[in-house]
Amino acid sequence: MLSIKNLYAQVEGKEILKGLTLDVKPGEVHAIMGPNGSGKSTLTHVLAGREGYEVTSGSIEFGGSDLLELEPEERAREGVFLAFQYPVEIPGVSNIQFLRTALNSIRKHRGEEEMDAGSFLKLARQKIGMVNLDPEFLKRGVNEGFSGGEKKRNEIMQMLMLEPRLALLDETDSGLDIDALQVVANGVNALRSPERSVLLVTHYQRLLNHIVPDYVHVLANGRIVKSGGRELALELEEKGYGWLNIDEDVAADQES
Amino acid sequence: MSETNAEVNQYIKRHYEAGFVTDIESDSLPPGLNEEVIRFISRKKNEPEFMLEWRLNAYRQWLEMQEPEWAHVNYPKIDYNAISYYSAPKSQKDGPKSLDEVDPELLRTYEKLGIPLHERAALAGVAVDAVFDSVSVATTFKEKLSEAGVVFCPISEAIQSHPELVQKYLGSVVPVKDNFFAGLNSAVFSDGSFVYIPKGVRCPMELSTYFRINALNTGQFERTLIIADEGSYVSYLEGCTAPMRDENQLHAAVVELVALEGAEIKYSTVQNWYPGDEEGRGGIYNFVTKRGLCAGAGSKISWTQVETGSAITWKYPSVILRGDNSVGEFYSVALTNNRQQADTGTKMIHLGKNTRSTIIAKGISAGRSDSSYRGLVRVGPKAEGARNFTQCDSLLIGSQCGAHTFPYIESKNNSAVIEHEATTSKVSEDQLFLCQQRGIDPERAVSMIVNGFCKEVFKELPMEFAVEAGKLLEVSLEGSVG
Repeated sequence: MLSIKNLYAQVEGKEILKGLTLDVKPGEVHAIMGPNGSGKSTLTHVLAGREGYEVTSGSIEFGGSDLLELEPEERAREGVFLAFQYPVEIPGVSNIQFLRTALNSIRKHRGEEEMDAGSFLKLARQKIGMVNLDPEFLKRGVNEGFSGGEKKRNEIMQMLMLEPRLALLDETDSGLDIDALQVVANGVNALRSPERSVLLVTHYQRLLNHIVPDYVHVLANGRIVKSGGRELALELEEKGYGWLNIDEDVAADQES
Repeated sequence: MSETNAEVNQYIKRHYEAGFVTDIESDSLPPGLNEEVIRFISRKKNEPEFMLEWRLNAYRQWLEMQEPEWAHVNYPKIDYNAISYYSAPKSQKDGPKSLDEVDPELLRTYEKLGIPLHERAALAGVAVDAVFDSVSVATTFKEKLSEAGVVFCPISEAIQSHPELVQKYLGSVVPVKDNFFAGLNSAVFSDGSFVYIPKGVRCPMELSTYFRINALNTGQFERTLIIADEGSYVSYLEGCTAPMRDENQLHAAVVELVALEGAEIKYSTVQNWYPGDEEGRGGIYNFVTKRGLCAGAGSKISWTQVETGSAITWKYPSVILRGDNSVGEFYSVALTNNRQQADTGTKMIHLGKNTRSTIIAKGISAGRSDSSYRGLVRVGPKAEGARNFTQCDSLLIGSQCGAHTFPYIESKNNSAVIEHEATTSKVSEDQLFLCQQRGIDPERAVSMIVNGFCKEVFKELPMEFAVEAGKLLEVSLEGSVG
């Protein structure tokens, strides 16, 4: 599904990823943990194709094609979805209009017919119910005036609508209360299937109580320094990153 | 950042889709302006004596006036004696009998503009009825309007058929000496529209398609007068989204609206004159004076405009709120790209008690363009309980454009409540990336974001116009962000 090999990437001339290698197979859930500034968010943005994140060497293969050759919107249409840490507002553009444009762009890419307004609305109402948001939110501007928790739920709602093959969650759990955390987890779990993969970036073990990962990786100073199963996260919670011999100062230095 | 700019610039270089001119022989006066020219125009139009006197008076006043320089726009000095003040397309004179007789050059122009087939005949001035749909549609419109007692005709015709109304109201809202351009227009205006809605009549249709058909050849000095008698209502739509090219670089139109007691006028404009090339060469200079008078108690005038064309736009549709409890509204979207300059806004003059006004102005700047909002809210000493709400939002696309806001507030009454809100934002990379990350291509994303930005104004437009306006913004912004 996703194969990252020896990836180096920089932001504004500063090298953040330094030889990262990671394999994600269909159906797997991988959690990426690590100290601040270790490159976790950079990884998700490089995967999504954000401008300004420059890959200097290495490769990313996704579903058999070279991901780095694709524009951000093409990656999305191929099934890469990024749930943002800080979702932006688009005033005046209704959630429903935004999502319908998105879904139909993806369907068109797959050679499917555009979804008519009626079927779309029905689907959207169903999905928004899954994240405990009032259907009224569909009419509001994208994230316009939403609380932090509502924005995150809206991200998950979009993910459920677009049904990606690879979902990237960039600290979606940060700043959420326990109820919202459960909603996010339920959303991700609902999406889990043998064909889909999930890459979770998180600071906290607690999310992994709700979304049980197949693998946990520790990212430090731009590369994966340790991989393990679910138990690695518990160990990290208990011991912190110190026992892995990561110089946290060096890691923190990478933050810009 | 510089790389992003270069990329943005590369995309902004879209070309005007109607960048072509049509060669049609015309019956023109040599350049120059003097009393003889004005007499010639008046004679050509077979005007009554009062009209000639009115024009001559305006001309004499104009000679004393100065061209305004306070606007935030730059253009080379205009030589008013290098302009020809009368020009009528020859083909109009004899009236072709069918499309076969119409100048093929003109037909090709319509085709390029995407004017619907059935409208082309009417636009070309084919003088037969019942043969072409549009003409019979127009005839049906005419019948419906006259049943309701509505007068809707070229102002040149109204001068003949309703001289008493013209004499009473022409210049009553925009006096000949109001400003330099209005003075010039009053002296030499070519043609325009006249509307009279009788007492208590709700105009049975939006005056739109019909206008579009009749809009051709109103020339560079257009004059419009709309009178809504007591308790009447009319919605008037000006312009169309089809881009318009004109040989005349200078345009100085005047629009006057009069709403008597309890009457309501809704005036919507979509303006898409030729903006010039990437360096701004050859674009239209659009100096327009638009003003409405809420003469009677409880009357209402609402301006909605979408401005995307012209090299220079100088335009401040205003409302004088004289009647007690009268309402003035101004909803505007002004988009500038490349080297376009727009200085536009409104004036709300509160004279009557409990008068209310709302101003929602949205400016969008891309390329190396400059867009300014200039607004005046004035509350007179007798305007007890006057209220105004103003909101000006600017949206910048790229980093070489400018947006400016010049709000003026003058209040002479302590009970007035005046609110002003202003924001400036950019189409952010974050917004664009969010859209792309959901599978939406960047051009579509920009147009969606801009349309969202303009939503409050678009919802004031009649439905059909709103859809067209949305598309127009899309075309005008084509490729403005990469």
